[in-house]
Amino acid sequence: MPSLKDLRIRITSVKSTQKITSAMKMVAASKLRRAQAAAEEARPYADLMERMLATLTASLPTLEGAPPLLAGTDSEDVHLIVVVTADRGLCGGFNNNIAREVRQHVQALHNEGKTVKLLCVGRKGRDALNRDYGSIIFDTLEHVTRTGADFETAAGIAGRLVEMFEAGEFDVCTVIFNTFKSVISQQVTPLRLIPFSVPEATGKDEDAEKDAEEDAFKALYIMEPSEEEILEEILPRNLSVQMFRALLESYASEQGARMTSMDNATRNAGEMIDDLTLTYNRTRQADITKELIEIISGAEAL
Amino acid sequence: MSESTTEGADKVHFELVTPARLLATEDADMVVVPGGDGDFGVLPGHAPLLSSLRAGVVHLYDGDAIVERIFVSGGFAEVTAERCTVLAEEAVRVAEIAQDEAGQRLDAARQRLAEADDEKDRKQAELDVNSAEIMVAAAKEHGGG
Repeated sequence: MPSLKDLRIRITSVKSTQKITSAMKMVAASKLRRAQAAAEEARPYADLMERMLATLTASLPTLEGAPPLLAGTDSEDVHLIVVVTADRGLCGGFNNNIAREVRQHVQALHNEGKTVKLLCVGRKGRDALNRDYGSIIFDTLEHVTRTGADFETAAGIAGRLVEMFEAGEFDVCTVIFNTFKSVISQQVTPLRLIPFSVPEATGKDEDAEKDAEEDAFKALYIMEPSEEEILEEILPRNLSVQMFRALLESYASEQGARMTSMDNATRNAGEMIDDLTLTYNRTRQADITKELIEIISGAEAL
Repeated sequence: MSESTTEGADKVHFELVTPARLLATEDADMVVVPGGDGDFGVLPGHAPLLSSLRAGVVHLYDGDAIVERIFVSGGFAEVTAERCTVLAEEAVRVAEIAQDEAGQRLDAARQRLAEADDEKDRKQAELDVNSAEIMVAAAKEHGGG
């Protein structure tokens, strides 16, 4: 049986933990709102970029002679996986889910006899993968999503990918990140960046008619300066945009995950405090009763 | 303000988006865009066109008067009969450019150009200098006019 003092100390410590977790929850909630807004505001650009690319690739007769970013190198031997996680923990399964997905991917690729390289964006991904795959992690970028994602960072990462790709350091590039579904759910998403896979027309109902109309136009587009030159320019930018989207989604997911897990932690701490307080009061009463009995039996003995 | 354009409309529906947000969406009589091969004007009923953009200023016309100037650092434009969509990595309304900031940017770009040691860095820096010069000029013109 713990003494009254021990109980008191434990209650205070749980209370202060609860204060921290509830503060973290509120911080995450306010960051989440901003992150969500940023993710939504970035959507039109990505959508339009996608539409343009679809138009462009549709007007290409074959992939032959297309820039390698689109057509790919001839082999698929070296895979690069960009692992997007958070820099900080205390956000539930957020980082571990990514790590698990990455492990599966790497395992599958290794079984096929491919070479795999990892680029970690976010410290926690590196920490989780370091033990198993330390030798194939060639770099880790930290502090990328500490204050939210900005386009320049994303463009920087994309630029580096393009450089490496052009230097022939890998053939296929996939980014694995959390997509923001809702505050309580994130979905681990692998997205192939290089070679770029043309999005299939996703016949959204409202746009279906417009799409059909656009299809008719597609072949008629005038390209300035030329199809190839536009493609050369648009592909690296598209890479930045996809990377930016991944960072934004990941950041919003991180805040969502942290909010939910901190909410749980706060609730658990509350339950623990209730339990401890009950034990504390019981012990206190038992002590008093015991003392009374001692006094009474002492008095009777006189 | 008219409703969003329908077929046969006599306005161009202009949209300008940056990675961070949708900067402008409005209807104009004519839009002049700094294309990679030279400026081009977009009137309603323009043939479908995809073009790259260089750094420059997009002008929106209402009748003969320019109602809006927006600086873009480069990007792409998609034109259809009723729409003109500009994708820009960076875009600022000329009225909102701070002159001294643009000046600082130009200085920084010039310095980068001076320090650039390989071909690629130099090209990038040249582009930056060019885009900053246009920004400064646009801001001056606006401030002066």
